[in-house]
Amino acid sequence: MWWLRSPDNARFSSQSFSRMTLATATPSEEARDTAGASRSGSRRSGPDTAFHFLVAASALLVLVVLGGLVVLMGIGGSQAFRTFGLGFAFSDVWNPVADLYGAWAPLFGTIVSTLIGVAIALPLAFGTAFWLTAMAPPRIAAIVGTAVQLLAAVPSIIFGMWGFFTIVPFMARTVQPFLTHHFKHVPGIKFIIHGAPFGTGLMTAGLVLAVMIAPFMTAVMRDVFAAMPNMLRESAYGLGATRWDVMWKVVVPWSRSGMIGAIVLGMGRALGETMAVTFVIGNVTDVGWSLFAPRSTVASLIALQFPESPAGSLRLSALLALGFILMLLSFASLALARMLRGNTK
Amino acid sequence: MSDSVVSTNGWKPNPRAARRRSADHVATAFGMVMAGILVLVLASILWTLLSRGLAGLSAAAIMKPMGPPGSSSGLANAIVGSLIQTFLALLLATPLGLGCGIYLSEYGTDTNKFASCVRFVSDVLMSVPSILVGLFVYQVMVAPFGHFSALAGSVALAILAVPIIVRTTEDMLRLVPTAMREAGAALGATRWRVTLSLCLRSAKTGVLTGILLALARVSGETAPLLFTSLGNQNWSFSLTRPMASLPVTIYQYAGASYEDWVQLAWAGALLVTMGVLAINIAVRVSARRG
Repeated sequence: MWWLRSPDNARFSSQSFSRMTLATATPSEEARDTAGASRSGSRRSGPDTAFHFLVAASALLVLVVLGGLVVLMGIGGSQAFRTFGLGFAFSDVWNPVADLYGAWAPLFGTIVSTLIGVAIALPLAFGTAFWLTAMAPPRIAAIVGTAVQLLAAVPSIIFGMWGFFTIVPFMARTVQPFLTHHFKHVPGIKFIIHGAPFGTGLMTAGLVLAVMIAPFMTAVMRDVFAAMPNMLRESAYGLGATRWDVMWKVVVPWSRSGMIGAIVLGMGRALGETMAVTFVIGNVTDVGWSLFAPRSTVASLIALQFPESPAGSLRLSALLALGFILMLLSFASLALARMLRGNTK
Repeated sequence: MSDSVVSTNGWKPNPRAARRRSADHVATAFGMVMAGILVLVLASILWTLLSRGLAGLSAAAIMKPMGPPGSSSGLANAIVGSLIQTFLALLLATPLGLGCGIYLSEYGTDTNKFASCVRFVSDVLMSVPSILVGLFVYQVMVAPFGHFSALAGSVALAILAVPIIVRTTEDMLRLVPTAMREAGAALGATRWRVTLSLCLRSAKTGVLTGILLALARVSGETAPLLFTSLGNQNWSFSLTRPMASLPVTIYQYAGASYEDWVQLAWAGALLVTMGVLAINIAVRVSARRG
């Protein structure tokens, strides 16, 4: 009588609508009682126990993998943490020759390039989702929507290559000379654009990241917007609201939690992105306010310096410690997404 | 024209309505411009990929193995290496992901702390940066043995594939009506029999979709392979030796200063993208039919 304890009994109320139909199939209290009475006589066959054991073991293995990931990263990085203490996270030195390491330079690169990426991708994704749900002719919306969804699946190395061969020369030959020429003496902007025109740097990385996560964010936002009952939309139009009124005062408040989820998930992807960034960041472990000078991020630094770090060295340990911090960052962004989603519902 | 109509009636538009209308115009323009930019940029990526990829794509690029620059080499060993590692990864990830998904949907009630823990961990694994998975597998499977291996690469890819399979399997099994489980039990079938022959069979299409999506996700991954299967210039079919793969080859060749290597990198990029897009389109078509 195992099925009486099936998970749907407890869960269906909080699950999706499609499962609501199961309500009629939920066993009543009396049925449960008789089941309890007959269970004493029922046998649990050997294969059943074995099957239970097997699937529980695979669940345990998944748990062990993540646990191992966190623990090994922490153990590997412990040497660096012990040598440099808490200062490891805030020291901006990364000097393999003197064997001195600090996480601030790559961390700063990761955080700033992610913020630039999200700041550019958000208006792109929101505007496109707005256009797709409110303005585009249905047939064109279907085509563009599908194309955007498909492009969200393109491997990140493709975006990296595209950035390397298209954006980097464009930044080096057009954007940077233009900015230097016109804003060289403007205080406040001067040090943001400071640097030789290499074309690589935080701005380029942010742009490539934005292009990479924008299709993903657009696809999620469009799904969220489309999930709103049409009744609400029609009522608002019936009261004389304009398209933008409907969007800003009805659709956005209704789908706030989904939108936040889309943004934070996009941010999570940008935080840990390796290939798209490694091509265009320039890979120099410096800290500075210039958005156009070569920098590095945690993931790109690991990808580039890991092969030349011998086992057991302090450098390898520092890289693993960086990985541990990146792990915490991505964990925090997921927790943030869950928390915000839970609060607004 | 509207001005004249307004003036003849002596009616003036409400300033708030006018403001709302102009805000709407601005927002409309904003939405169109943003959509235009995004579509143009994405089209430019596809165009770059197609034009440069097709230029580098030839029979030799697919048939010949990698070689030194200027020697009319190809990508054959990288393509085969990618196929071997990806399918080995799926072979490892599918039973594990299925088992975990079955556990979560069939045994993992709300009160089951272990199950909700596993569910959360699986979600975390889905968003872990892929390079960290590479680092982890390096420490577990490469450092102790002292050499890189294709098997380590496959394990790294499998770790990335498992959470996707877990999530889709659990979701799809939960869609199976309880009545079906009851019917099976009423016929005297044991629990494992009902799970495998009834639930899993009726959720077959959805579960298969999950496996295909995992395949698409994994086949373009580069970062986890850098420290595990490393890459190889020569033919190698041994799972305990370094093996070439398409994404890693693209990464090595794209940054090189040899024109023919860069061209091969574009050809490889085109192949990878087409493969991933083809899988996604197949999933979409089958979902529409199902």
